[in-house]
Formats: sequence, C-alpha cells, structure tokens
Amino acid sequence: MKKGLIHWFKYASPASFYPLAGRIIPWAAVIAVLLFAVGLYMSLFVAPMDYKQGEGYRIIFIHVPAAWMSMFIYVVMVFWAIIGLAVNTRLSAMMAQALAPTGAMFTFLALWTGAFWGKPMWGTWWVWDARLTSELILLFLYIGYIALRGSIDDNRRADRASGILLLVGAVNIPIIHYSVKWWNTLHQGSSVSFQQGSSMSSIMLYGMLIMALACWAYTIAVVMVRVRSVILQREKDTKWVKNLAEIQS
Amino acid sequence: MSIAEFFHMGGYALYVWGSFGMMALLLLAEPIMVYQQRKSILQRLRRMARLNEAESS
Repeated sequence: MKKGLIHWFKYASPASFYPLAGRIIPWAAVIAVLLFAVGLYMSLFVAPMDYKQGEGYRIIFIHVPAAWMSMFIYVVMVFWAIIGLAVNTRLSAMMAQALAPTGAMFTFLALWTGAFWGKPMWGTWWVWDARLTSELILLFLYIGYIALRGSIDDNRRADRASGILLLVGAVNIPIIHYSVKWWNTLHQGSSVSFQQGSSMSSIMLYGMLIMALACWAYTIAVVMVRVRSVILQREKDTKWVKNLAEIQS
Repeated sequence: MSIAEFFHMGGYALYVWGSFGMMALLLLAEPIMVYQQRKSILQRLRRMARLNEAESS
C-alpha cells in the first residue's frame, strides 16, 4: 500500500480527525474574516455602479456566492453520502450531517437576497420561475435531510436513510444549474461560465470570487466546529473521547 | 461620496441593506450557535464523566 493512502485512511477515523479538525478551525476562521473584509470592501466601495441597475446590483456580491455555496455544499454532502454508503465509514456520514445546516443557511440566503433583488428589478419578491422554484426545492431537500436524520434514533440507520435521500435529491442540482437554459425564466442566465468565461467587468468578478472564497473558508470553519460536536455526541462511549483533555478537566 | 449617500445606495437602500444585513445576521448567528452547541455537549460529557468516577470510587 502506498504511503499517501495510509495517511488518508488514518484521518477517516473520528478519533484522529477530531484533533485535525480542531487545528483547521482557527486558520479557516482567520482566512474567512480577512477575505470577508476585502470582499465587502470591494463590493461596497471599490466596484463601480452598474449602468443599468445603479447601486442595486451590489446584491450580486452575496447572492451569487450564496447560491454557489448552496449547490456546492449539497454536492459535497452527496460525495460523503456515496463514500459512506459504499465503504461504510462513520466519519463520512458525520461530515454530511455537519454540512447540512450551513447548506440550508446559504440556500435561504440565496433565496432571501434573490427576493430583495427581484423586488426592485423585476417588480416582485417571488415568481414561480424554474430557477427560483428549483432553488426552493433545494431548501426543502436540506430541511428534509435534517428532519429525516433527526427522526431515526439509530445513527447507522439514520446515516443510510438520509444518505439515500441525498442521492435522490442530487437530481435537483443539474436542474438548478440548467434551469436558465432549459426554460424561459425571468431569472437571467449565468454571468460566469466555464465555457465563455465572464461577461462582467473584472473588478466585479474579483469581488464576487473573493466573497465566494470567504464563504468557503467560513463554511470550513463552522462545519469543523459542528463535526467535532457530532463526533463527540456519537462517540461519547468510546475510550478516546473519555480521555480527551476537554472532558477530563 | 458622503456617508448619507453611501447609506442611501442610490435609492436601493432597503434592498441592498436588507440583503447585506441578512447575511451579516446569519453569518454571525451560526458561529455563535455552533459554539454554544459545543459548549453544552462538553458540559454534558464532563458531567457524565464525573458521575462515572463517583460511581466507581
């Protein structure tokens, strides 16, 4: 077996991942604060006014990163669910469990900022448009996942059932992504794409990317704290948890 | 640009600050919540550890 492989398997056990997560938290938190400071400064002060939407377009700097995060986090949860179902590692289900509330939060934020953007630009807080509706379904999937997990007492069964729900719900992710292409939606097409690059000015693009990276660092920090709580709860009867310094004291 | 102009956001104050405000609220509330969750779990585990010790001694 290769050395790198052993290394990764080592951190697949909750006992060795717990301290590693603890070391990641301060770094991710500091990076998140710095990136948010730069990103907010750029989005509120540096980025010029939009010629069509005036100052109102500044919502883009949180709306797009929040919408990206809502989908990325779901994809990461699906990834952990697949690993969990395939190789039956305990940590992968715990990771998915720890990611869900933050994913739901970003989905809500994307919908909220979308409404606050839609009102001045489209004249309505909400329309049953394909993009908006599929994003709302994503929020229901997050809530459904959390509720399903919570309703099953046996953790291993909860892992499996909620993992399958995640896999089934994954069909919604391409629907969200392509909704602006497949249907005539009120929602605009994407301004940033892998094929065509960006149709925005570079200062706006950089501001948005920095905000997106800030959201990533934030998510890592918060999820690492939460996964440590999940680990403690689920491994509370093990010897290594009982011997932890923070519990002995 | 004056401070008043900045907060006015060219007439989009409600929408821009409604969005940035909600983000600020959520991104401050969530870290506080995860830390409180951690604190309460640690407290519970410490209590359990003390009870076990009292029983075994």
